[in-house]
This record gives sequence, structure tokens and C-alpha cells, in this order.
Amino acid sequence: MPDKPKVAFYWCASCGGCEESIVDLAEDILEVAQAVDIVFWPVAMDFKRKHVEAMPDGSILATMVNGSIRTSEQEEMAHLLRRKSQILIAYGSCAHTGGVPSLANQFSKEQILRTVYEEAPTVVNEQKVRPQPRHPYDGTALTLPEFRGLVRSLDQVVEVDYYLPGCPPTPKLLKQAVLTLLSGQLPPKGTVLAPDTAQCDSCPRKESKPADLKITEFKRPHWTQIDPEKCFLAQGIICMGPATRSGCEAQCIKGNMPCTGCFGPTSRVRDQGAKILSALASSVDAREPEEIEKILGGIPDPVGTFYRYSLAKSLLRAKVTR
Amino acid sequence: MEDRPITDKLVTSADWEPLIVAFFCNWCTYTAADLAGVSRMGYDHNVRVIRVMCSGRVDPQFVLDAFAHGADGVLIGGCHPGDCHYVEGNYKTLRRYYLLKRVLRDLGIEEGRLRLEWIAASEGEKVAKTINEMVEQVRALGPLRLTRRFKEWDAELASIEAQARSEEVATHA
Amino acid sequence: MDESIQTVWNEAQTRANEAYTAQRRRITVDPITRLEGHGKIDIFLNEQGEVERAYFQVPELRGFEVFSLGRPAEDMPQITSRICGVCPTAHHMASTKALDDLYHVEPPSPAKKLRELVYNVFMLEDHALHVYVLGGPDFIVGPDAPPEMRNVLGVIQTVGIDIGKRVISTRRRLREFIAYLGGKVVHPVLGLPGGVAKGIAPEDLPQFQQLAKDGLEFALFTLQVFKDVVLKNPAYMDLITSDTYTHRTYYMGLVDEQNRVNFYDGKIRVVSPEGKEYAKFAAQAYLDYIAEHVEPWSYVKFCYLRGVGWKGFTDGVESGIYSVAPLARLNASDGMATPEAQKAYEEFFNTFGHKPVHHTLANHWARVIEMVYAAERINEIINDPEITSQNLRVIPTATPTVGVGVVEAPRGTLFHHYETDEKGILRRVNLIVATQNNSARMAMSVEKAAKGLIRAGEVSEGLLNKVEMAFRAYDPCHACATHSLPGQMPLVLTVYNPRGEVIHQQRR
Repeated sequence: MPDKPKVAFYWCASCGGCEESIVDLAEDILEVAQAVDIVFWPVAMDFKRKHVEAMPDGSILATMVNGSIRTSEQEEMAHLLRRKSQILIAYGSCAHTGGVPSLANQFSKEQILRTVYEEAPTVVNEQKVRPQPRHPYDGTALTLPEFRGLVRSLDQVVEVDYYLPGCPPTPKLLKQAVLTLLSGQLPPKGTVLAPDTAQCDSCPRKESKPADLKITEFKRPHWTQIDPEKCFLAQGIICMGPATRSGCEAQCIKGNMPCTGCFGPTSRVRDQGAKILSALASSVDAREPEEIEKILGGIPDPVGTFYRYSLAKSLLRAKVTR
Repeated sequence: MEDRPITDKLVTSADWEPLIVAFFCNWCTYTAADLAGVSRMGYDHNVRVIRVMCSGRVDPQFVLDAFAHGADGVLIGGCHPGDCHYVEGNYKTLRRYYLLKRVLRDLGIEEGRLRLEWIAASEGEKVAKTINEMVEQVRALGPLRLTRRFKEWDAELASIEAQARSEEVATHA
Repeated sequence: MDESIQTVWNEAQTRANEAYTAQRRRITVDPITRLEGHGKIDIFLNEQGEVERAYFQVPELRGFEVFSLGRPAEDMPQITSRICGVCPTAHHMASTKALDDLYHVEPPSPAKKLRELVYNVFMLEDHALHVYVLGGPDFIVGPDAPPEMRNVLGVIQTVGIDIGKRVISTRRRLREFIAYLGGKVVHPVLGLPGGVAKGIAPEDLPQFQQLAKDGLEFALFTLQVFKDVVLKNPAYMDLITSDTYTHRTYYMGLVDEQNRVNFYDGKIRVVSPEGKEYAKFAAQAYLDYIAEHVEPWSYVKFCYLRGVGWKGFTDGVESGIYSVAPLARLNASDGMATPEAQKAYEEFFNTFGHKPVHHTLANHWARVIEMVYAAERINEIINDPEITSQNLRVIPTATPTVGVGVVEAPRGTLFHHYETDEKGILRRVNLIVATQNNSARMAMSVEKAAKGLIRAGEVSEGLLNKVEMAFRAYDPCHACATHSLPGQMPLVLTVYNPRGEVIHQQRR
């Protein structure tokens, strides 16, 4: 079967959930496996970077990379796969917009190391030993990787052709994407392979969203009886729906919990956090500064809430003084 | 929105001068700034004024984008409460302003770098005073210069591709 | 299995295997996230060519303890699930229980049952993944089978295509059930302090009752497969009980009031290498019992029993090293709470003739016994008259302070510890994840395997796989399990002579 299009999968700094979403194709995975020749998938096959290096440039039709980028090795792999692939796809929130791990961009590397290896309550470490990039041993050394100062999305490291959003993407979107690639009818470069409408448009609770939303109090979900039918925002519960792309089949909403924004923004929005900030603040039902501040005080962690999955791709990218 | 600095020269020069981006409402503050100009009321040259139809048009993304492109401070000027040409615009601005300030603080941008002022069309001197005050305040805070910081952050990326290529050559050799 | 797929698969495997003689000098792995696909083993020989020291390095670092700070505690079940996309439900549930404790709130009985139900469904599907896809192929196909056969497809060839289909479909249905209650299966959203966000609609109950039945049948079938393939084969039993894979450590696991295994709730019990109860404590007291040791050559911290102390990588009563996961849970308990599982439990210990069982590879058997327990427990709960109750939440009213939550993740005891201000904003976070509890014993397993298989500088064939088997038995999550989907975690094994020169390198 020499002529089947070649497809590769690779992971960077990911939790494995994206890999599970591929496995969750379940019976459909056989169909995919028949249509394409998977040439590189570290999770499922032995592989070798050298083997990929030996391939002619552009010989892979499409590579899907999940996970954010934190180390030089991941950067190297991203460059290598970029070169070898006609199409490079950022798969899942981390590759797309930095993902949950990019919340670490609010903290310094030093703080992370100190907290984990010296200050954690279980740690017994009087000598303040820390893992070292190079630990000498009998004339040679055990080496560990150093990690970068920032968590990055894939497109902050290499050019990306398409994006599959979600934490993780749904198997349905994955299957659609593969079919699209095979059809040869490629969408414009940079397209996010999911509907370009806000989550609210396809929300099962759409009907109960007031046209003129007025928020008098932000309620944290654990302190609120959640009405299983009514728009979360109408209940005063923060929902990322207005600033988030649809296509997830409203899974969290069906679980009776609000959207947290994993599909990233629509094409008309550059900064997802700023967008939801704008939407929520505008709906606050107050005119006096004290009253406004009081209501907004009900949002305890705006950065963690608004940029849960997208801090790396936000306009500021990180806490600027870390 | 292309990630290109507004003035690369400014942000890389050693003798730094604060750069303030000002979003002024067409109906009040922009007119007041005009008035300040024709009245020859001096205000600092470090400000770049962008006219918008309403302070309510100032999407928080604009503010972040200004910082991301090298602004050291952002000033928003709008109509006094109750005077909005579009009735509600300036209230929306006010609410966003409070929340945006918190987000900026959590992302390491000092409070004094973002300011919201209500300035009516007749208040030319207030424009001058506000701008001069803000320039001094930002001068005291020092440069933000995110364009340069971004470059510094990404310096760790620059050598990767070259390195990868050389390793590839080495392993094939 | 379609023949063409098998061909493609085998071709790819062969290509990849051939190519794996690479000489990459440095393996750079991502230390900030939960997992990475590369493990690293460095083996150092002395002048006589005997193994002096072997290092199994884990290049992972969870920044989660740090970047969770300043967040509202109620976000943690969803934030921490991102530590691992294979066992998100374990983190989600440990976190949710920590929130109950933090807010001093007791969920209503139906909510507790729903949580335990979801949890056992998760344990069943996750253990099934391991048995059929990750670690199991070593046994079902055989440890000496060619590498291209030691994967799920090899399992299917061994046990038959119908079984393969059954594995895929049962696992899919179980995962769909988690999604029903949790919104998503990868990173569910049901957990709130004091309850759950969603219940079961009465009209949906019958399909889940059927699933529970099928799940139990599937678990019992798996037990039978294991017995037929593994236990009836003396060579396998010799391997399991061989010294290479044996360590006399302490064992830890969650138990109910009768000291029976429980995945969701109970007290933490620790037994000594002699099988005596060493400690039994509530999650909140974990700091009194567990400590972490730091080595400069690994990002993972090594847990040990504080009261016994860190004595280096050595076993025995004097060393505080302990083990978690299926074998440890069986060792640390007095039995199983359900009938079929109890029968299997007795057979397990009768076969080995002693308790605790110190053979790492017995984890595979213990895991199958746990599948039976999970499936039986699912049946008990799904048929509980209360299960469709919509009494799902108690709204917390107390001021949050400190909360500790514990569950038995598939890979062992998992602790989440939060401290907040009076508004529930996180000020301190400490996480002890399952695999970390095992990290010291795993390092020992790798070293012992190396010592057993390298003699006078001669590195025998199959070393890498044998070494790998040693830690795969723990189903290590830093890999993080998915990274070894067909039972193969990408690995680099390097052997150094006393001059620090590389004399042997194997990769996969």
C-alpha cells in the first residue's frame, strides 16, 4: 500500500487526554487506519526521530501535534515535523492556545522549583537538593532536561496550518478533520476545524439566555443550587460560552456545569480572556464604582478563569514580571 | 493584528521616553484634545491619540494590544457619566476598566499604566493635565516595553532550528 | 482484525524497531508537565563488569502545585484532572473529596453513591486498558514474544477477534457512562464540594443496569483469560516469583471499616513487609506518615514512611520505602467487599502461599481481581433504590480552611491537600500522585532487573524488555500510561563502563 497518504501524530507537553481522544474513536479508528498510513505515532508505535529525519521534506501529508511546548526537544520535534509535513495541525487546547499548563506562565521557574522541592509540606530536604540538568557520576553524568522560561502554543514555535480545538477535541471533530484532509478540499490556512460560532449559539440552554443580560451578583457554583435548564450567566454563574467557539457538543453544559472555554475563541477574537472580560463586565448591573467593584469582586481569579486554556496565546502571553 | 511594534526605535533606544496610547471618544475627549491643541495648551508629545466613536468602543483587547505593541501606558478618555452620546457606552467602559485593571495587576502590569478619565469637550486643560500627569507617572514606573521583553523571552527559541539541522546533518554523516 | 491493518501495523513496527539504534546522546524531556514519553535508564558497571548502579530517571515535574495558587479551590477538580488525561477521574475525585473536607461538608447519600459509581466504572475501564493494551500483552502474548506482537493486536490474535471487539466496545460503553454523569470522559466536571452536579434520570437507568451486568461478565471473563493464559503456565509463574521482581517493602492502600479494599473512601492502611499492620490513618493525617526525598538526578520525588525513615534504595523493615497500586492494595487489606472478588482474592494468596506477596509482577493478577471488585460494586450501586434520587448537593456554609482528599487511583493512593483563605482561594497545594508513591520501589526494580540480567559486562538480549516489564507492572502514570499504548514506552537504556564510556545502548 505505497500510495496511502501518510499521517503522523506527536505529543509535546500534554496530559495524554488528546491521545485518549484518538483512542476514543473506538471502532472508527479502524476506518482511519485503513485510509491512511500512520508513519509516526510514538504513543502507539515504536518510532525513531532519525526515521522521520530521513523522510523527504513534505512527504507526510499531515501531522497532528498535541501538547504545549516547554522544552527544546519539543521545539526541535515541532520544527522537524513542520519540515516533513505538508500540513501541520495543532491538536487540542495545549497546542492550540497553550492549555491549562500555560497557567504556569504566571509564575517563575524558580518559584516552581522552590515550592516543589523545598517547601512542599511532605518534603524532607535539609540540603535543599534539586534535580540538576547535569549530575556528575564517575566521570560521566546523568542528565535531565532544562525547561524553558515559558509555556508556548505550537504556533508560537512553528507555522501551523490548522487547529483542532478542545481539551480534548471530540472524536467526531477528529474524524471530520481526517476526512477533510483526505478529500483534498482544504480550507484556508489558519482555519480552526470547528464551527466558527460562539458556544452560546449551540447551547441547549440558549432559549433561557436573556437578550439583555444583567448580572447583579457572580455566584460561585459550589455555593449555588444550579438550575439544570437555565442559562448559567442568567444564574450569575460564570460561563465562558460567549467567548468560546462551539463544536464541543456542549459536553460540560450537559454535565450541568458551565463552559470553561477549552475550545478557544472564534476567528473574530484575538484574546479570549479580554473577550469574556468585556462580555461579563458589560453585563454588570451597576453604575456606581463601589457597586461595580463589589459585583466584580465575585470573580475571585479573573486570569485563571478567563485564560484557563489560553494564557500562552493571550496578547500578554504571561505575567510580564515573573 | 500583526505583532509588530509601533515604534521599534523607541523601545530599543537607551534614552527611553514613555509611550502612552490614548483612546479618546470622538464626542468629548477627542474634541477637548483638539481644543487643547488650538488653545496652545502644552501637553507631552509622548502620547499617541486614537479617536474612537465612544469610550465604550474600547475593547479590552485594544488596551492589551497597545501594551503588547510597546505602549508603556494606556489612557482612555470618555464622556462624563450621564453624557454618553450612546447613553450607556461609558458605563460599560467603567465596568470593564475595573475588571481589566485586576487582570493587568495579576499579569504584572502596574496599576498606573492604565487610566480612565471623563473629559468633556470643553475641558481642554483637563486633557493636558491628565496627559502630563500620566506621562510623569509612567516615567516614574519606568519602561514596560513588552516588545523588547517578548524578544528576550523568545531569544531561547532562535537557535533551535539551526541546531536541529546541524544535528540532523551530524547523524546522517 | 483486518489483515491489511495488521500488515500496516507490523510494517510500521518493524521499520521503527530497525531504526531504533539511534545514538541520540541526550534525551530532553519536559519536566514541567505531568508526563512525557521518554523515560531514561542509565546503568553503570564496575571494573568487573557488574552493575554498580542503575538509574531510572523520571523527567517530570508537576508545576500544578504552584500554578494552582491564587485560584478558587472549587476549580481544582477540573484543573488537576489535566495532570493526567488517562486517569482524570482519579484526580477529579481526589480533588472533589479534598473540597468536601476543605468546606467541612458531607455530601448527601445519593451523591456519594454516584461518585463511587462513576469512580468504579472508571477503575474498571482503566484497568481493562492496562490488562489488554498496556501491561497485559507481556503476559497474554508472552514476555518472550517478538516486540511487534506484544501489543493490543497481538492480544487480539491470541485471544481472538471477538474478544478484541468486546474489549473495545465494553470500554467505549463504560466511558460513555462516565460522560453521561461527568459531561466529558476526558476531564469530567461532576464534582462539587458537597455533592455532584448531575444525577441519573430514572428513564436512563435500565441501560446502565444492563451495562453493569455486562461489565461484571466482562471482568469475570478477563479473570478467566488471565488464569488460563498466565496461571496455567509454569514459566510465567516462575517469572512472577523470581527474585528479580521481588522486593520486601511496606504496602499502602485504602480500606473500609472491615479492612477490605475500597477505591473511593476509607482509611489508609499500611502493612509491613512481614504483613503486620504498621499504621492506619485518615487522609488528614497523611503528613505524619508520608515524606518525600529528593534526588538530584530525577524530577520525581521519592516517597517513604516518615516514621521508618529514608534509608536509600533498599527494602526490608528498616527502609521506609513502600508500594501502592493493585498488589499493595491487596496486601494492605484483609479481603474484598464483594463475593466473586473475595474468592479471587483468596485464590491469589493461597496460590502464593504467603502474605504479603512481594512479587511486583503479581500486580497484573491483582489488577484483574480489582476489575471484578469494581464490576461487582458497580452492580451493587446501580441497583440501589436511591441511585436516581435528585438529592445531589449540600451547599457548604462553613468557612474553608484545610482539606485533604484521598482516593485509590488505578495506579495507587492519590492525595490532594489544599489550604485556602476564608474565601476559598488557594494558598497552598500539595499533591502526592499514585506513581510517586511507587517511585522508589520502581527505581529498585529497575536496578535489580539490571543486576540480574547483566553479568561480567555481557548485556543479554531482551534486557530492555525485562527491565521495562519491571516497572510496567506498576502501570506507571508518569509515562503517562497512554504513552505506552501498545505496552511500549519509548525508552533509552544506556550502559556505561567504569570510565564513563557508553558500551551499550538500547532504545524503543
